[in-house]
Amino acid sequence: MRRYSPKDNVQKKPYYTDRYYVAPQVPKLDVESDEEFASDLAAIESKFTVSESYIQLDQLVVYIDIADNLGVLELLRDERAYTQLSELSAIDWLAKDGKFEIFYQLLSMSRRKRIRIKAYIDEAQPVKSVQSLWRSADWSEREMYDMFGIKLINHPFPKRILMPDDWEGFPLRKSYPLQGDEAASWYEVDKIFGKEHRETIGAELRDCAKVDRYDTERFSRLGFEVPKGADISGGEKRKKVQYQEDGGVFLIDRFDEEKTVIIRDKDR
Amino acid sequence: MAQHQVDYTKDGGLPIALTSVDKLINWGRSNSLWPLTYGLACCGIELMASGASRYDFDRFGTIFRASPRQAEVLIVAGTLTKKHAEFIRRLYDQMTEPKWVISMGSCANTGGMFNTYATVQGVDRVIPVDLYLPGCAPRPETLQYAVMMLQQKIRRESANKAQKKKRLL
Repeated sequence: MRRYSPKDNVQKKPYYTDRYYVAPQVPKLDVESDEEFASDLAAIESKFTVSESYIQLDQLVVYIDIADNLGVLELLRDERAYTQLSELSAIDWLAKDGKFEIFYQLLSMSRRKRIRIKAYIDEAQPVKSVQSLWRSADWSEREMYDMFGIKLINHPFPKRILMPDDWEGFPLRKSYPLQGDEAASWYEVDKIFGKEHRETIGAELRDCAKVDRYDTERFSRLGFEVPKGADISGGEKRKKVQYQEDGGVFLIDRFDEEKTVIIRDKDR
Repeated sequence: MAQHQVDYTKDGGLPIALTSVDKLINWGRSNSLWPLTYGLACCGIELMASGASRYDFDRFGTIFRASPRQAEVLIVAGTLTKKHAEFIRRLYDQMTEPKWVISMGSCANTGGMFNTYATVQGVDRVIPVDLYLPGCAPRPETLQYAVMMLQQKIRRESANKAQKKKRLL
């Protein structure tokens, strides 16, 4: 939960004043400041190695070795009453130090406490699945594989969950372009028509507000109409504006541009 | 032949109607457009509203069908994801000729605000489109107008000849 800050005097005192304001880090408290968390940490440390631990926003954060993930989580579930796995995913730090950070967010309903178990893994390092402890981990781990490409050990159905099975690349990695890589941009064309038809259909038009003055396939200019696909790079002749078919319409006068008057007096 | 002289142009006394087969068939086609129930995203809500009692598509003979084999209009109402692209193509192929496609809303037209890796940038990359309907999401009145425009288009087509194939490839 994000800490609430009162906003009722917001008009008197705007909270964005400095344009280059850098938000301070959320303070990290010592684990000893909370008795219950201290006993949780002691229980983990008695059996496993803990590299770092602190309390942030009333939640205990513990960094462990990834090889111990199943053991630590089982201990927390069975002995420390953290009965729910609320969330499980990864953070991409590949650009910074070539590692993924995996986190398991746990909740104890009886003790009203939340704890986050974190661990670093290398890019291609597989992780032991925790779906034997919580069924909810099944889909979360599949999503983690789908989005980051983190492989799982002992997962019952290690398949992509959101993207199609034949998708290339892992979209939530920081290195993945937002508008998709080469395979992604041609995905539907390759799948439905085949790679040989890429030229017929053409590349994706990413700027949907784009107007090309010389493209007569898709665009036309009022008063300068030319046949579809005509080459107008040499300039086209102005045509009379015509609002009616050549044959005319019964009882309706034809618009004649010559007879029109443009009224410049705006007060008339 | 009538024994007596009949003035066929007199009001109420018209025993026959003269028309062409084209017009007759197109009259039937344009007034019984059966679209596929195919709401992909939020435009689907407007599609449902158009079908429901307030806007009442039944007045146009537009009755939503749940099977592509009974439908002749595909209203693509919403965002088409790349994962779903093959299925829209399959549904389109399953529809019986003659068939028409209305691309409803910004997402279906161009990908809209979803300028991302997972969205098809316009359904016309996958299926041929007859009518593009702007809006995000278009109101039911706009969809009604689109259906009326499609009716106009159908009435202009020739009915007795084989339809020109509308294929991307």
